[in-house]
Amino acid sequence: MSIALGSPAPSFALRSVDGSTRVLSDYADAAILVLVQSCNHCPYVLAWEGRLAAITSDYSSRGVAVVAVNSNDPDRYPEDAYERMCERAVAEVFPFDYLHDEHQQLAKALGAERTPEVFVFDHDRTLRYHGAIDDSRDEDTVRTHFLRDALDALLAGTVPPAADTPPVGCSVKWRE
Amino acid sequence: MAHEASPDAYALPVRIELLYWDGCPSHPEALALLEDVMRSLEIDEPVSVVEVTSDADAHRLAFPGSPTIRVDGHDVDPIGSNGRPALTCRIYRTPEGKISPVPSRRQVEEALR
Repeated sequence: MSIALGSPAPSFALRSVDGSTRVLSDYADAAILVLVQSCNHCPYVLAWEGRLAAITSDYSSRGVAVVAVNSNDPDRYPEDAYERMCERAVAEVFPFDYLHDEHQQLAKALGAERTPEVFVFDHDRTLRYHGAIDDSRDEDTVRTHFLRDALDALLAGTVPPAADTPPVGCSVKWRE
Repeated sequence: MAHEASPDAYALPVRIELLYWDGCPSHPEALALLEDVMRSLEIDEPVSVVEVTSDADAHRLAFPGSPTIRVDGHDVDPIGSNGRPALTCRIYRTPEGKISPVPSRRQVEEALR
């Protein structure tokens, strides 16, 4: 079960696809931090990936940092190994950071269950939105843009119109 | 007077299977799609719904991911059927080239015709 709205962002120190280690404080300048439980192999992640990239590009100039995190067990899902993450980030030219949660500590701290699953933290790094990117994996049938609406609300100093929505996607692949 | 049986009388039953893994949320959508296509093609056969629960079962059943639909043993997406057996969500591509967690209606229709 995911952490409750109002919870603080968990600290982390995770390896990025660029080889560096990223920690929570690296994003201190961002007005809003979006953590997205993600991976390489899930069709739901792939279906939403273009929209997440567009959101990253559209909101980066407004102080929103988007960070995708892959916590899946690479022993059982080799497509989610760190090396494959690096390959995919280059091939797809991800505009967001892509971090490897090798020991699944961040996924556990967030209580993440699905990929993709979004956690939006405000400037105080308090959780203000959790759930899906929008209401349809098929871009052509989206009616409500949950993440964009939440970001617009928070940037305007108000409350997201829908603060908690059910994430739809693959399960996080926990180590056995 | 001899009675001629209709061609349908000689048609062999079609074996239709939907294999799924509960860790992926796409199988209800896949089953609904399959049943809808069967209705539209007036195919009145049972669907064998098989839950795959272990890596060993995935290998035994050559299960490349959830959902997998087979008609008389033939996968509705032959290319994707060669994937590594695993408890995972399967990736399909729509005719428009989009990624989808379920096969396209066209793939299911072509497999059932």
